[in-house]
Amino acid sequence: MSADTRRQKAERIRHLLDTEGDAVHENTQVFNEGRYESTANLDDYDELKNEARAIKEDAIERLPELVDQVTEAVEANGGSVYVADDAADANRYIEEVVDGRDVVKSKSMTSEEIEVNESLEARDGDVWETDLAEFVLQVADEAPSHIVAPAIHKSREEIAALFNEVFDPEEPLETAEELTRFAREYLGEKILDAEVGMTGANFVTADTGTLALVTSEGNARKCVQATDTHVAVAGVEKLVPSVEDLQPFVELIGRSGTGQDITSYISLFTPPSDSPTFGGNELESGDDREFHLVLIDNGRMEMREDDQLRETLYCIRCSACANSCANFQHVGGHAFGGETYSGGIATGWEAGVHGEDSAAEFNDLCTGCSRCVNQCPVNIDIPWINTVVRDRINRGEDGDFDFLVEGLTPDEEPGGVDLQKRLFGNFDTLAKLGSAFAPLSNWAARTGPARSLLERTLGVDSRRELPEFERESLVEWFEKRGPHVGRDEARRQVALYPDAYTNYVRTERGKAAVRVLEALDIRVDVPPAGESGRAPLSQGMVSTAQSNADAVYDALAPAIAAGHDVVVIEPSDLAMFHREYERLLPEDDYAALHEQSYELMEYVYGLLENGGDIDVLPGGDDERIAYHSHCQQRTLDLEPYTVAVLEDCGFDVTTSDVECCGMAGSFGYKSEYYELSVDVGETLVDEFTTEDTADRTVVASGTSCLEQLDALLTRRPAHPVRLLDTQ
Amino acid sequence: MSAEAIATFESSLDEIGVELVRTTADEFASTLSPLLDAPTVGTSLPFETVSLPDSVDTDPSIADLEAAATGVTAAGYGIADYGSVIIQGGTDGEEPVSLYADEHVAVVAASDVLPDMDATFDQLAEDIRNGVGQSIIATGPSATADMGSLVTGAHGPMDVTVVLLEDK
Repeated sequence: MSADTRRQKAERIRHLLDTEGDAVHENTQVFNEGRYESTANLDDYDELKNEARAIKEDAIERLPELVDQVTEAVEANGGSVYVADDAADANRYIEEVVDGRDVVKSKSMTSEEIEVNESLEARDGDVWETDLAEFVLQVADEAPSHIVAPAIHKSREEIAALFNEVFDPEEPLETAEELTRFAREYLGEKILDAEVGMTGANFVTADTGTLALVTSEGNARKCVQATDTHVAVAGVEKLVPSVEDLQPFVELIGRSGTGQDITSYISLFTPPSDSPTFGGNELESGDDREFHLVLIDNGRMEMREDDQLRETLYCIRCSACANSCANFQHVGGHAFGGETYSGGIATGWEAGVHGEDSAAEFNDLCTGCSRCVNQCPVNIDIPWINTVVRDRINRGEDGDFDFLVEGLTPDEEPGGVDLQKRLFGNFDTLAKLGSAFAPLSNWAARTGPARSLLERTLGVDSRRELPEFERESLVEWFEKRGPHVGRDEARRQVALYPDAYTNYVRTERGKAAVRVLEALDIRVDVPPAGESGRAPLSQGMVSTAQSNADAVYDALAPAIAAGHDVVVIEPSDLAMFHREYERLLPEDDYAALHEQSYELMEYVYGLLENGGDIDVLPGGDDERIAYHSHCQQRTLDLEPYTVAVLEDCGFDVTTSDVECCGMAGSFGYKSEYYELSVDVGETLVDEFTTEDTADRTVVASGTSCLEQLDALLTRRPAHPVRLLDTQ
Repeated sequence: MSAEAIATFESSLDEIGVELVRTTADEFASTLSPLLDAPTVGTSLPFETVSLPDSVDTDPSIADLEAAATGVTAAGYGIADYGSVIIQGGTDGEEPVSLYADEHVAVVAASDVLPDMDATFDQLAEDIRNGVGQSIIATGPSATADMGSLVTGAHGPMDVTVVLLEDK
């Protein structure tokens, strides 16, 4: 990426932060908090998710069979099914059915995907969006910015201004209620006049040909009831085997999307409907109503054959991934989307239906924080899909190889990988060099010319402070010092994993970890294991990540074989061991490392629970602490251990509840994303500068979080283990 | 249906701002009347000895539908856990009558209140296989937050009342 491209990208993000950021932030927060609350009320949330996942896996596996089955069912009911290869094919068929008549539509992203409105309008028919958000966008001539709430980026004031200008009502519209009434009446007339009703379908049951539509407004029902012809447009992946299979989805979709236990209407239509239709002035028999189900392939059958993209087809378009994404919350779907889809899973959709170029536009905005992972009602590993697509995009780039950087980058990637990605993906090598030449390297890197060169050639933002490398690495320190607990008196033996940051930059937290573990009678070793692969993985450099993973496993294998525990300080590395290594290591190696590895404070908690003497640790004496857990640590549900240990030691702890600090490894260093990173970070800062938190000592588990807090707060934050260290 | 399920139904309805009015077949007429704001449209009820008062227009024109203050229909089922009512039926016009009036009054028999979604989908699957072409699981009034804050009555009713026939 050139410096100019970076600048343009930064400008576009800044513009969206200024114009749409506030509305998106406010509205996604409501959905996001609603989801946490509503899903917490489900006794069997995980069970429902597993059930939903299993249904989708089975349906996609048997998709060709289900297409045949639904065709039979719909035809037996008196309707037609058309399987369209692509957008053009679908539009051709729909145009024939519509035949120039007026159409009223309810919201459907699949119909956005094929751009059916443009196709029909070119044939002189009127097409009206009756979903109020879609109507706003139609009037404003804008694209959706969210898959569930397409006009989420618009404030009430903006909508009022738009309506007042376009419709010029006698009394200017102002309140949400006035705007809603106006749109309802305006669209009511369109519904009355139209002869064709078009809907999407959230699910289609193969056994009965039933469409399930999840809505709140009632417009989809009106579009079907008031018209003589119903055209439903759905991706082939919307098929589920039977009506009974709808149950887990109905319980999950509203909660996952907007945080409602259930939306106002779940309509199960088995068309053609015999409900009376609108004639001139009277209700007339609906017995002659026509029904056309248009099932769209448009790349989906190929996605089904693709081992990495297949999971995308399990998506039920609830938007939980977008709503739980810190970056999305700040910048919205106009930055975070391709031709049609926006938000977390959109990379998978865009790569599958529109190709990698469309996905490339926003793929880098996923920082891999993994907050979406537990929010997905069908357990899709969305960050992994984003990583794979990033890797494919990298491989598709033309070579721009620079031998200066090659020297620093002993990786497994093809020459085309962007220099900036290559730099951050090889952080371990960089840190090793930085440490070997410290303090000279720190001084040199900080000079004006060096910073400007870094910014120009590699896109490292000069406003961001660089990490300061320690001359003596944690591993070297430990080699000299040796363990302080003898084998005979040790309760357990531990390999403390020296992640690249702890090893070369934040050695103090590594040393504190060693001392705290030793105070609890643990014999500690610090084996020289390299970087976990998190750094290259986050740049989409999957082969490099894989070779790093192999090297880390080899370094830890003796400890694992001896039955020692592996203790990890950096949560993103523990997340590698527990999540991504499943895809990078041989099955048995992954299982062994997963089984035996723990986050540092989780481990301390376990020691204290199992007879460890808490009195050897310094007492908190009611010291007031503001703790920011790490996003990946929270995904693994490890935050409670740190809080419990600190509270048991006598600290008064409050925690942040933002999804992510916004620094996200290399993300916050990149000049094109620096401002977004800071904007996200400010939300965390707001939580830590309230009346209750402003004077609290700040602790955070992740390196990135510490860097972000350090940059944005006046108080210097530390890793929580340092509160337990006697030195 | 157990008293417990009915109590759950009532509290679920309460949470979504829907009033549950309990009555019996004998007292239905006198219970219903005060709930109806004129003009009123409706579809005939499938419960023995229970019928709509004459003031209810059961053969409305489109203009009558749009002007109606209240629409009365039977509901096929209630779902206790969610406070939902299920609008079934077809040619009589349950769909437009329940959708166009400002307020929908849904009449449900106590024996048709199902405990949860599992039971509901078992029942709905059977109904669909038996030819019921339309089942709307309706929970509270229509709503939208698209105009900047939550507004009810987006394209459908802005109020819902459930009348429970305790002896049916």
